[in-house]
Amino acid sequence: MNPQLTRRHFIKGVIFSASAAASGAGYYIASAASRSPGAVERLISLNVNGRVRRVDVLPQETLAHTLRYRLNLTGTKLACNRGECGACTVMLDDIANYSCSVLTHQVKDRAVITVEGLRAEDGTLHPVQQAFIEELSPQCGFCTPGQVVAAAALLRANPNPTREEARQGLSGNLCRCGAYDHYLNGVMRAAELMA
Amino acid sequence: MTFMHIGKDFTPPDVEGKVTGDAKYAEDFRREGMVFARLLTSPMPSGRIVSIDASAALRMDGVLGIITADDLPPSAPPANPMLASEYVTYIGQPILAVAAISEHVAENALEQIKVQFERRDFVVDPLDSLIEGGPDAYPEGNAMVLTAPEGDENTALVGRIQPVKWPAAEVEKLRMGKEPNGKFTAGWEYGDLDAQFAQCDVIVEESFVTAGYPHQCMEPRTSMVYWENGKCYFHASTQSQSSVNNGLAAMLGIGPENLCLINENTGGGFGSKGTSYPSMGIAGNLSRLLNRPVQLRITREEEFYIGVGRPGMQGWIKIGVKDGGKVAAVDLVIVSDGGPTGQNSASSSAGHISVLYQPDAMRLRNIPIFTNTAPRGAQRGPGQNEMAAALAPIMDKVAKQVGIDRVAFRKMNAANSDSGIYEDQSPVTSAFMAEAIEKGAQMFDWQAKISQPRRRGNKVIGIGVGQGYHGAGGYGYDGLVRIAPSGRVYIHSGVGNLGTYSFAATSRAVAEVLQCSWDNCEIVRARTDSHLPHSSTQGGSNTIFTHSRTNYVAAMDVVTKLKEIAAAEFGGAVDDYSIGEERVFLTSDPAKGMSYGAAAQKAIELGGRYSGGEYPDDIDPITQRAVAGLAGTGLIGVAKDNLPRKGTPPGEIVGFVEIEIDLDTGKIAVLDYVAVADCGTVMHPKGFSQQMNGGGVWGIGMAAYERHVYDPQNGLPANVGLYQSKLPTMLDVPATMANAAADIPDPFNPMGGRGIGEPSQGCAVAAMTSAIADALEGHLFNRVPVTADMILNHVAQNDFGPRPLKLNTF
Repeated sequence: MNPQLTRRHFIKGVIFSASAAASGAGYYIASAASRSPGAVERLISLNVNGRVRRVDVLPQETLAHTLRYRLNLTGTKLACNRGECGACTVMLDDIANYSCSVLTHQVKDRAVITVEGLRAEDGTLHPVQQAFIEELSPQCGFCTPGQVVAAAALLRANPNPTREEARQGLSGNLCRCGAYDHYLNGVMRAAELMA
Repeated sequence: MTFMHIGKDFTPPDVEGKVTGDAKYAEDFRREGMVFARLLTSPMPSGRIVSIDASAALRMDGVLGIITADDLPPSAPPANPMLASEYVTYIGQPILAVAAISEHVAENALEQIKVQFERRDFVVDPLDSLIEGGPDAYPEGNAMVLTAPEGDENTALVGRIQPVKWPAAEVEKLRMGKEPNGKFTAGWEYGDLDAQFAQCDVIVEESFVTAGYPHQCMEPRTSMVYWENGKCYFHASTQSQSSVNNGLAAMLGIGPENLCLINENTGGGFGSKGTSYPSMGIAGNLSRLLNRPVQLRITREEEFYIGVGRPGMQGWIKIGVKDGGKVAAVDLVIVSDGGPTGQNSASSSAGHISVLYQPDAMRLRNIPIFTNTAPRGAQRGPGQNEMAAALAPIMDKVAKQVGIDRVAFRKMNAANSDSGIYEDQSPVTSAFMAEAIEKGAQMFDWQAKISQPRRRGNKVIGIGVGQGYHGAGGYGYDGLVRIAPSGRVYIHSGVGNLGTYSFAATSRAVAEVLQCSWDNCEIVRARTDSHLPHSSTQGGSNTIFTHSRTNYVAAMDVVTKLKEIAAAEFGGAVDDYSIGEERVFLTSDPAKGMSYGAAAQKAIELGGRYSGGEYPDDIDPITQRAVAGLAGTGLIGVAKDNLPRKGTPPGEIVGFVEIEIDLDTGKIAVLDYVAVADCGTVMHPKGFSQQMNGGGVWGIGMAAYERHVYDPQNGLPANVGLYQSKLPTMLDVPATMANAAADIPDPFNPMGGRGIGEPSQGCAVAAMTSAIADALEGHLFNRVPVTADMILNHVAQNDFGPRPLKLNTF
């Protein structure tokens, strides 16, 4: 977890940005509360996948919401929307984070990388993506973008992990299909490809 | 047999999109003018809806309308209705949906709707309802009395609800692990049970409880729907293209020809998306009411309820063994917890025993009871896998009393190709379980493992063996292949895409028959308006067997037509021609021939049966429509699977596990896992490995973590969420898992394969419960999952109180 973006930090952000709680457990912004327009600057610049994007963001909006529904980066998946599963994992300044648990306004000054941003400019797959294909790591694929980003972040921090280190590194990403063994095979192969 | 494609790894066409984020799931689609729907759901486990006042919500800016049960055709209980009408029978049951310009507005509108309820008594434990004076989940009663025979696992039960009660003394007998004498509403038997028990040297009686638990598919089941010119376009998350169509069309009140189901990727189903489901009907009908595209996104919490779950069981079993280890007789009682929907897998649970232990006589007595818990549906190896979990340590106890090794005991009773299964002792296509057990024991090094010291400080080692079974294939579906004038081969598949890659692995049977390059083949799927044949649902471990057969017969039809076209062109008899290198040619003079593409052009010119203008009489109407849509576009191969049949193709797997239990914390660490399948030819090695290991992970979850838990006082679920009814994480399973196959081809599949998706869980959970008992010196918990607190209580010599068979409450 990025030390600058702790759960406490997130919760504080929600408290400050929302004036009332609503019943909905289910949707993409951190609170259903409305607030008067203009209280917080809404048109902000985000650095996403190496490009600066101007985007209209509600104060209580999560990064996952912004990525999926304002920037159409639907590779970031929402499976729980409450910090349990890791399907929405993105990199913030090279560190894996759950984008459902980060307010977009908190990452204005950070570099956001989603699964769509891992490919090279010429379309060449990231070694993790290539390795995951070769090892047939995904099953249903819904958790895969999060697994890919978590693995890429792990290899940036630790280019030559042991299998146990890889297991720890990806343990925040649930896979209901149980493809863990194949994801670990993919991480280990990716490390070889990057060597 | 040497294959070009079968048994070799390949890159399935859908895998790249999954790693790049390009793969689209239902919620990733948007449509101009789309509005958002949210559900108002029941806050109570059982009640009557007195009134609904949505007037304030409908006056809100941005609210477009609501849909209630009054807008839908009625459905009689216990059919899970799209929306509740008079009665609600579980927390989370949809009552109405609101559509608005945003989810935000729709959610706020729900707050303005006033619903008056009358509370009813509820029940969460089936035995609390079965006992005299106990509450009933429905006003009509607590049990389904069938008026038609039980169908397969995806078929709704047909019958009526009525109250069934047992005297308190009989319920108490069951709770205390004794044979009860109450009214049963289902069951079967074969052989002379009394005569077989009379011959037995060892007889063991035990009770058991297996908990139900939610499917927890990673992709919540979103629907996005729009209508154009009377036709419905439906983005959904399902386990099939063609099997879902008819049911969904019926929900929408249209003919299946007016429904286009679009579903390229599905984020998990595990049985819960094998047929159309109620929330699809809500979205589809609301879209038609509003004449707007509607998205109904299902949240993680809603998925816990409407995503259904595995039924639970409370039961009693008596097992008799003769002749030094032969299972002679099994007597089985199962009270099933079907939640409010009545899913009952007891027959499959009993079937598991009939296959894997081959008793000479067997009886099942069963009563399914409704409870006001989450709805239940088919889940991975329904019936068989929960029985695998309960049975393994009991069978270990039997083996110990006989004085025979646990592995040798299972091998001695294993099915072979002449065995009969289930109540009718019907045949299997082939079975080689003894070979799989032998291979697995060697890979795992069983003898060395069981000989090692078990105690390591505050930790204790457990060694387990278990088996899984599921019927792994069906007959009689259709195959459809087209060769275009370009020479490209299009394989049409109505099989869904759950991520098993079996839609692609079975399509390779076409390339095998046509002896063509896989690169020249393309699988057509994902949209029903792209002309897909009648296919099975992708579930029940059946795709590998079922659809390698359908693709084989369609490809053989192509070969016949290629040869007929060539014979008409170059003279001679059809049998004088061969195929190879994507050409059809005169065997004695290969220069006389034509490419597949040229033959396809010729087929178009010839018309009729060669290019889909005519088709066989016995194909399904779905396939007829598909062929009609392709007519005149190439050489069409289409056929129903009329290949020889012989009973059930069995999917069988044996699992071995070594665990370490921390006696201070109750934590179970899985140190080693090996599984070996009896599944015929392995058609796609990496796909096979995925299913073997993935099922292994599921088995670990079922053994130690996953369960429904309800508050008995208020009927509230206590564990809604991925970390409450906890599915295994990467740290709960071994860093490596080993698997292999007996690899003996099944003679009733031209490609030799059978499926293994379900028994891969059953063998793992059985091995786990076997290992837990082994670690604790043979102690039987008689319930699954075995959680850390249960282990700690056992170690501390605490018992579980006066009601040992309780379910859903702990």
